[in-house]
Amino acid sequence: MIGDWLDIGWLDQIPVRGSRTVTVSGGEEVAVFRTADNRVFALANRCPHKGGPLSQGIVHGHSVACPLHNWRIALATGEAQGEDKGCAPTIPVKVDAGRVLLCRTSTLKAAA
Amino acid sequence: MDFLVSASDPDSTPDTPSGPEPGLPHLVVIGNGMAGCRAVEELIARDAGRYRVTIFGAEPRVNYNRIMLSPVLAGEKTFDDIVINDAAWYADNGIELVAGDPVAAIDRAAKTVTSRSGRSVRYDKLLIATGSDPFIIPVPGKELPGVISFRDMDDVDHMLAAADRGGSAVVIGGGLLGLEAAHGLSLRGMQVTVLHLMPTLMERQLDEAAAWLLKSALEARGQTVLTGADTAEILGDGKVEAVRLKDGRDIPADLVVMAVGIRPSVALAREAGLAVGRGIQVDDHMVTSDPDVLAVGECVEHDGQVYGLVAPLWDMCRALADGLVERPSGYRASVTSTKLKVAGLDVFSAGDFAGGEGCEDIVLRDASRGVYKRVVLKDDRVVGAVLYGDTADGGWYFDLMRRGEDISATRDLLIFGQAFASGGGQADPKAAVAALSDGAEICGCNGVNKGQVVSCIAKGAHSLDAVRSGCKASASCGSCTGLVETLLALTLGEDVEAGPKTMCKCTSFGHDDVRREIVAQGMRSIPEVMHKLHWSTPDGCSSCRPALNYYLLCAWPGDYEDDQQSRFVNERLHANIQKDGTYSVVPRMWGGITSPRELRAIADVVEKYDAPMVKVTGGQRLDIFGIKKEDLPAVWADLNAAGMVSGHAYGKALRTVKTCVGSEWCRFGTQDSTGLGVKLERGFWGSWMPHKFKMAVSGCPRNCAEATIKDFGVVCVDSGYELHVGGNGGIHVRATDLLTKVASEEEAIHVAAAFVQLYREEARYLERTAPWIERVGLQHIKDRVVEDVAGRDALAERFWYSQKFSQDDPWAERASGAAREQHAHMAHFQPLALEVAE
Ligand code: SRM
Ligand SMILES: Cc1cc2nc3c(=O)[nH]c(=O)nc-3n(C[C@H](O)[C@H](O)[C@H](O)COP(=O)(O)OP(=O)(O)OC[C@H]3O[C@@H](n4cnc5c(N)ncnc54)[C@H](O)[C@@H]3O)c2cc1C
Ligand code: SF4
Ligand code: FES
Repeated sequence: MIGDWLDIGWLDQIPVRGSRTVTVSGGEEVAVFRTADNRVFALANRCPHKGGPLSQGIVHGHSVACPLHNWRIALATGEAQGEDKGCAPTIPVKVDAGRVLLCRTSTLKAAA
Repeated sequence: MDFLVSASDPDSTPDTPSGPEPGLPHLVVIGNGMAGCRAVEELIARDAGRYRVTIFGAEPRVNYNRIMLSPVLAGEKTFDDIVINDAAWYADNGIELVAGDPVAAIDRAAKTVTSRSGRSVRYDKLLIATGSDPFIIPVPGKELPGVISFRDMDDVDHMLAAADRGGSAVVIGGGLLGLEAAHGLSLRGMQVTVLHLMPTLMERQLDEAAAWLLKSALEARGQTVLTGADTAEILGDGKVEAVRLKDGRDIPADLVVMAVGIRPSVALAREAGLAVGRGIQVDDHMVTSDPDVLAVGECVEHDGQVYGLVAPLWDMCRALADGLVERPSGYRASVTSTKLKVAGLDVFSAGDFAGGEGCEDIVLRDASRGVYKRVVLKDDRVVGAVLYGDTADGGWYFDLMRRGEDISATRDLLIFGQAFASGGGQADPKAAVAALSDGAEICGCNGVNKGQVVSCIAKGAHSLDAVRSGCKASASCGSCTGLVETLLALTLGEDVEAGPKTMCKCTSFGHDDVRREIVAQGMRSIPEVMHKLHWSTPDGCSSCRPALNYYLLCAWPGDYEDDQQSRFVNERLHANIQKDGTYSVVPRMWGGITSPRELRAIADVVEKYDAPMVKVTGGQRLDIFGIKKEDLPAVWADLNAAGMVSGHAYGKALRTVKTCVGSEWCRFGTQDSTGLGVKLERGFWGSWMPHKFKMAVSGCPRNCAEATIKDFGVVCVDSGYELHVGGNGGIHVRATDLLTKVASEEEAIHVAAAFVQLYREEARYLERTAPWIERVGLQHIKDRVVEDVAGRDALAERFWYSQKFSQDDPWAERASGAAREQHAHMAHFQPLALEVAE
């Protein structure tokens, strides 16, 4: 995977306990989250319930509450928590020297 | 420093490589710092006669303990106290020290290094231990005299000289280093301001709660701490005079210390063609991509990791020395722990305090003692810890963590520390509570002992709440709630009554308790509430955070800390999210009245941004649908230009004020209902509420504006204005109750203000007026806003005070402000598809 990271910007551009989006073709978006402890996670910006934009939810701990019907999604796995069932695809992401990098190959693998 | 061999030493022979003594291979070390010298110490301990050693040091002094620079700055130590190896050590061990003359180049083919002064030395083994370079943020003015970093003794000398002159210092960076610098400078009498880019201090080591405590403690010591402060420029004519922030503020400064981070010092290695990633890449034996070149310390990258603390260096130096004497052991990645070296402020953190998948937190908050402890567990093992105020058990948790010990047996007592968990206390917490004597203190805040709690329960207090009101135990900070619950269970067995509903699973307090404490204790921010009221989660959840934000806002409109990230998306973006992820935008139309100019502006927006639909709402205004998130700021700007402001159709706030045409046109109209509606909307817009709040004014009892299903409705009659409250048209329709009747518009508005404020102060978050009135009873409302005239005036006064802070149009602010970029995508990768399987 080395050498195949997409640089999307500075970590500081993502609000703490918030998220920013990255567009990819076909109208899809990747939601890149930053938690209170400065961890970064990336998920397809689409709730497994009815496609709500997860990037707009309230981020708490390592999960996000979907803004449409309040499903709680674990950021690390994309799994819906509690009674709800479903999973949003995750995309490997890392921070290097303050820059946020998305994994290109895994993004495509998730596509398969 | 006459004992040092320096570049100007007449005995040295510049340009002539001095070869190793016959039979003794030559080890040359670049860097006379902590790792370089430690590595030599380790080598000597194993085999003193193995190598001839030469050490080059950029600093003109012997090896000292860099981490003790902070105590030197603070005046607790002198330089002599922190020397690790004095001149005698170099002499005794036959080590040649070339100090004050940095190595400028490495020639790997010739196996030589050359110093800045031109001295050239041949090596058999080369050890690079160049440490780190302080990161200087690339802002204008960074080279001005008076702008320094905090890395070596020269920096400390600079700071001491500046402190002698007095004045103000700005420290950029609220991490470990920056805070230690700030502490020292402030002890030395300077006015210190710490600028930190992140919202919380030491965010790499501390969670929000601990960081909040730290910030409060520093402020109490007279430092100014500005978080979220982004430096734009350093100002000064010939020397530093001030720091300008991106938000335009200027902070005067006679000294600026940049402590924003460090970068491994790799320039030499990179120029020499060694493999360099973030640091100089080494294997488990500290060997670089060249077998004769080793590297150790902060300048290296091992297994993808770089370190900025000393503990890993010791392990690295051991592995390195083992390798040099051909008894390779190998270095394994280190786990690290941190302590802040500021007298009187105990802060400890280790490992993965962030938690994550499968992790659990045990949190102990003792607000009155200023203690916060959080231990993170995964699979019954400690994986991280954050301690504030009482760090005595830091080492013990760190040890448990490193050993990966299974703690399931002592889990219940773990957070109380080693003394308790290993033997001191009993393994079963229930038994431990049962064993307490009657005189044992249960509630420290209110001084209630076990005997008093038990007798209170025996007298009929069968729930937590009843105990709280009966004997005050657990009624203040709540840290003894667990103990009281255990006593209830022990005394009553099955008969314990469930208490009132708590706010959410993050706390044992109900809404009303939390609100009362916010006011009583003067709490101003969410982390403060979570700390003082012992929240069990690190940063709450999506139900308590918006509620807390509201309660703080309501209690301290002028000076609470708003947290945007604790607001629901609609309130954050000032638009309503739709099922397809687009937004609807509703501008205000005061009292339902509009004009050609407004209609034109709306029509233009609809066309310009391709809005698929525009609809007349049930609230007498227009709703523009299908706006893309990134277009929102431009849409607002266009609407603002036509004089329109946000309609808060998304907010827990005043929504619409519906009106009918009233006496101005209608043949039945008794008063100017439209005019009063406009006045109400102009007066009340922007006010945040526990839930949405709707008003209406009808011109006569025919009630065309449907005022009797509104939160506050006015029905005009010949003799004045009937004021109705608590109506709801939603899921459960509820007609209003008549509150009172008044004679003038002024009185109607005054009563409205008092009523709204009572609702704001007493209703629970997400409780509309209808269920609130059913809960507290109409009489209570009447008592407060009709009978008690002085009380009514005070309520109204508090309402108008809070309106001073809420009536700026959020659209205008956001259409222009820095937050604007938050609406845009961060990056685009259109050629890349994310065809995620459904
Ligand atoms: C746009 C509008 C419908 C319309 O096209 O006319 C509307 C649209 C929504 N209403 Fe409404 N309500 C609208 C007037 C009403 C009215 C009529 C009124 O205000 O006179 C009512 C009944 C009166 C009342 O509130 O007592 C009404 C009772 C509700 C309720 C039920 C509230 C309750 O207490 O039971 C909800 C659900 C909620 O708030 O939880 C709701 C929630 C919603 C939401 C916010 C649903 C949601 O969460 O997404 C809809 C947002 C659509 C959007 O994006 O704009 N809407 N809604 C009306 C906007 C009025 C405005 O100009 O601001
Ligand atoms: C003020 C302060 C407080 C700290 N507090 C703590 C703490 O509490 N706990 C903790 O664990 N860590 C702390 N640290 C970090 C700790 O000091 C470092 O991790 C440690 O010093 C790193 O050791 P090193 O040998 O890799 O680098 P250094 O100790 O920096 O040594 C590198 C040396 O190499 C020299 N050098 C660089 N380039 C050349 C060249 N080309 N030629 C010759 N010489 C060169 C440098 O001048 C320097 O003397 C603190 C650091 C500072 C500055
Ligand atoms: S009635 Fe239901 S569907 Fe219609 S706008 Fe209101 S909430 Fe949406
Ligand atoms: S779409 Fe996310 S909860 Fe319904």
